[in-house]
Amino acid sequence: MNIQTKPQDNIDYEEKWELRLYTAGQTPKSLSAFANLKRLCEEHLKGRYTIEVVDLTRNPQLAAGDQIVAIPTLVRKLPEPLRRIVGDLRDTERTLVGLQLRPAKSDNQ
Amino acid sequence: MAKVKNSKRAVYRELPKAATGIQGLDEITGGGLPLGRPTLVCGSAGCGKTLMAIEFLVRGAIDYGEPGVFMVFEETAQELAQNVQSLGFDLDQLIREKKLTIDFVRVERNEIEETGDYDLEGLFVRLNHAIDSIGAKRVALDTIETLFSGLSNEGILRAELRRLFRWLKDKGVTAIVTGERGEGRLTRHGLEEYVSDCVILLDHRVVEEVSTRRLRVVKYRGSVHGTNEYPFLIDENGISILPITSMGLQHKVSNERVPTGVSRLDAMLGGEGYYRGSTVLVSGTAGSGKTSLAAHFVNAACGRGERCLYFAFEESPQQIVRNMKSIGLDLERWIKKGLLRFHATRSTVYGLEMHLVTAHKVIREFQPHVVVLDPIGNLTMAGTVDDTTSMLTRLMDYLKSQKITAVWTSLTSGDATETTDVRISSLVDTWLLLRDIELGGERNRAMYVLKSRGMAHSNQIREFLLTEHGIELTDVYLGPEGVLTGSARQSQEAKETAEALAHEQEIAARRRELDRKRLALEARIAAMRMEFEAEEEESKRMIGEEQARSDKVRQDRERMAASRHADAKQISNKVRAK
Repeated sequence: MNIQTKPQDNIDYEEKWELRLYTAGQTPKSLSAFANLKRLCEEHLKGRYTIEVVDLTRNPQLAAGDQIVAIPTLVRKLPEPLRRIVGDLRDTERTLVGLQLRPAKSDNQ
Repeated sequence: MAKVKNSKRAVYRELPKAATGIQGLDEITGGGLPLGRPTLVCGSAGCGKTLMAIEFLVRGAIDYGEPGVFMVFEETAQELAQNVQSLGFDLDQLIREKKLTIDFVRVERNEIEETGDYDLEGLFVRLNHAIDSIGAKRVALDTIETLFSGLSNEGILRAELRRLFRWLKDKGVTAIVTGERGEGRLTRHGLEEYVSDCVILLDHRVVEEVSTRRLRVVKYRGSVHGTNEYPFLIDENGISILPITSMGLQHKVSNERVPTGVSRLDAMLGGEGYYRGSTVLVSGTAGSGKTSLAAHFVNAACGRGERCLYFAFEESPQQIVRNMKSIGLDLERWIKKGLLRFHATRSTVYGLEMHLVTAHKVIREFQPHVVVLDPIGNLTMAGTVDDTTSMLTRLMDYLKSQKITAVWTSLTSGDATETTDVRISSLVDTWLLLRDIELGGERNRAMYVLKSRGMAHSNQIREFLLTEHGIELTDVYLGPEGVLTGSARQSQEAKETAEALAHEQEIAARRRELDRKRLALEARIAAMRMEFEAEEEESKRMIGEEQARSDKVRQDRERMAASRHADAKQISNKVRAK
């Protein structure tokens, strides 16, 4: 999977990014996750991303659809394939790897 | 903690429980799982955890009106559907009726990157939503430990699981949480730390090539429970667990009697046959007619319209039917009528516990009045003698509690006829012993009632004949040389008949002799009488003549006197008087 997607990531800069952040209420973790995500997107995906925040306390039925277990979870809907990143996204490096904006250093083969 | 427990006990005396509806489990746990609390069901792969979880939910939804949520972590919808298909649970229907919700939770490590702090609120939200959407009272989580392979931060997971179980309690749902058996502990990730109320361990063991599933209640806080390992069975009706000793000796006994199918045997048993609900042991050497005797009882019971269940461990049903036909018993018609059912298995097919569980299951289904086990000794092949004894004792208890009359046959070896292979003889109520008597170059069958509790019974040995029209019991010949059977008996009887005939003839001869003598005597008497009569005649004639002569003399004298005119008047009067 990674072998196929790597060149794509390097080539395509016009791709639309559709991101969805699942939270459950206004918890510190959710807030910091959103802040971290916002910062990261501005830096790497400026102008070609959308972030949708889904609060599961209001829409619990949406949790099953994206297989949400942990909160907060960031789901990369587009570009495919679907990726999930859990946590407050404080580790920028890992988040970028998770979003496949940057190849993982050693554990990717 | 102890204080809480005590106060709870004071209020309820026992913990409130939610009946699972799983056959036997409620008996072992004294009513079910702790109500409104999570229960851990752990065991190795393939031991039936998922099935127990599903059955708990399905029975709850159908039998107790408690909707359930099934949260599946390991399987996909297709896999689950396949797994339960064989059980006859229609999950789709339950889902349509809003009695069941299934949520498939998939956590794939290679799709997930972890960065920083998180919690499992998403899981809580999903569970909460599922519970609230159908008003669920039961929850099953199968197998939540999968999270450990999907998410790497064990610290977070442990904290969240602890929170989850507390949350389940607060939510008041009765939950089953399954866990994979770990090395040296109950679950691989130590779930037993969090679920402290009730832990059930499932096990799938192979002993001497025989596999048996077993269940054990490891702990059940605040409740008494069976502590043994209980064998259980998974079949098309789900799980059935067999409590090892589900009863004491308090079963009600019946005074009703049931004919044995052999009228002469009834006569030996106080004229009425066995007690209903008693256990009859028919033991004997090979070929002594044990099966035939059992078949007679079956035939008689079916004839009364009772249902019979025949466990055959040696012969196939067809073979038994054919063989019984040769002694005039048509068992096939009862099979066709649905009154007789055979359950034929080789004793070595599975372990004793499985035999017991299967027997229970079939008995529950068929509700027979009579159960035949033929032969019980064969079961020792599936286990040790001790195990067999304990299994049979349990089966006997069960049959007695159900008022089912049981006939067990047992093969004994030549010498030790009065001991059975499985040492259950002290437990049975009626013991019929069949034995071979070898005499005069032939083997013959003999039968006697070794014991029969609670009834007058004959102490006589009867010769046991298998004829074209069934079993016949005849008196044996008891002579100075001991018991005679078969042709020895017949020849002895013939001899006796001849002797009796000779005796009779002698009597007749004597009688004739007597008659002859009597006739002779009578003839002599008649002759003497005739002689006497002749003499009497002669005498009478002579007397008459003498009378006449003396009359004549007197007349002459009177005439003479008259002519002399003496006392004329007086004499004439006298003459007139004559």
